Amino acid sequence: MAPPSSRRSGHSRRAQYSIFTGYVLASIGALIGAVLLVISIFQPSAFSGVRGTAINAVEPAAEVTTTSRTGFASLYDNVSGYLRAGSQNAALNEELEIARIKLEEAKAVEQENLRLKALLGIKQEEVEPIVVNRLVGSTSASTRRFAYLGAGSSDGVAVGMPVRGPHGVVGRILEVSSNSARVMLLTDSESVLPVRRADDEVVAFAEGRGDGLLNIRLINLGINPLEPGDVFVTSGAGGYYRPGVAVAIVDEVTSDGAIARLIADPAASDIVSVEPIWQPAALQSAQIPVQIALDEVEADQ
Amino acid sequence: MTGQLNRVSDSRQYGRQINREASPWRQYAVPYVSIMAGSLLPVFVLTGTMPIMAPLGFMMLLGWRIMRPGLLPVWIGLPLGLVDDLFSGQPFGSAVLLWSLAMLAIEQLEQRFPWRNFGHDWLTASVVLAAYLTLAMLFSGATPNTHQLTVIAPQIALSILLYPIVAMVVSWLDRFRLSRTREVV
Repeated sequence: MAPPSSRRSGHSRRAQYSIFTGYVLASIGALIGAVLLVISIFQPSAFSGVRGTAINAVEPAAEVTTTSRTGFASLYDNVSGYLRAGSQNAALNEELEIARIKLEEAKAVEQENLRLKALLGIKQEEVEPIVVNRLVGSTSASTRRFAYLGAGSSDGVAVGMPVRGPHGVVGRILEVSSNSARVMLLTDSESVLPVRRADDEVVAFAEGRGDGLLNIRLINLGINPLEPGDVFVTSGAGGYYRPGVAVAIVDEVTSDGAIARLIADPAASDIVSVEPIWQPAALQSAQIPVQIALDEVEADQ
Repeated sequence: MTGQLNRVSDSRQYGRQINREASPWRQYAVPYVSIMAGSLLPVFVLTGTMPIMAPLGFMMLLGWRIMRPGLLPVWIGLPLGLVDDLFSGQPFGSAVLLWSLAMLAIEQLEQRFPWRNFGHDWLTASVVLAAYLTLAMLFSGATPNTHQLTVIAPQIALSILLYPIVAMVVSWLDRFRLSRTREVV
């Protein structure tokens, strides 16, 4: 379709001026955008207030869509589960036999653990989640991986708290408003998490790549001991996450580490719990290197 | 003056009954509301791995801009981009800048090629969408890496393939916008 004739100013001064003003305003708009962009890249928390208010406003609608989404997901699981019931049953029976034996062994280890902890005088404490809620939405059209949580500062959620799903770590609270919070997922390209291999003390960093996979970067360089199928759990270093929570499973070994897949896919774990920061004291006392490093990570996005 | 005439002929074209005219509220609100709704929609999709949604707000803006030239003012990228930035997850200001630039770029393209068919429009939208998603990735605040590039390639393809559907929705909304509902006494 050709542009309507009103866009062609011809000899009319008035029309020429109005078109010119439009261009000037649009350029000013672009300039304002550039200034805002520079401010928010160097000061990421600058506009969190407005953003939080906006997400608060749509949060009730997001709750509704979340409920229907999980309904559909479970319907799909039911149907596919029914189709594979027979072969799965046999496999599960076999697994159950092995699991029973392992469970007995685990009980013995647990007993021993208790005894040793009593000897050392360490108090056994359960971590009470601050709040259990749903992930109500995400930034699905952006290259950044953020999710929105249906609970905020009125429920006791604060910046920095770890978020975990039923299978493992999902991410960390980045911004909080009264009824919603923004979660930086592990897959975000600015997310870094200290981890260790589940069955020994190989320590590493799990970094988001931005495409749904994690880069496992080993801290001790040398011969790469990783193998596909290795499970990584949080190491507790840094003080944010408590140790021993599942994070990722190695998919492909590279020269300096591995590429790993998430264990707790945020899209699959609809209900998540927000836990208190594991060692707030450690965070404060380690102000100099760790806090500054984490702040830099935060400032980068 | 010509604008006035256009509006009258528009409402005649889209009307079914005599003695009625388009509601002015609807006439002015529908484009803006639909673009803001497009900005909001991707929030409701939950994804933890990669961007799986097209930038619907920007695509609605493109649809209205290309199919109804002159309806949206050139500077509209500023207010609508502000709304998009609230929900997109990009650093604040990214959509304000990119949407304003897109409006200026399309204005130039339109003057260069005044007569176009849908194929030309689709090509324009494809080029603008590819540029928009690539620049949005660079402005996302994260350090750009090659993995992000492999992730936005499918997103660009999806957005380009989705444009005809968005154009269809826009034309449907346009009919709704100009349908004659208000009775004239």
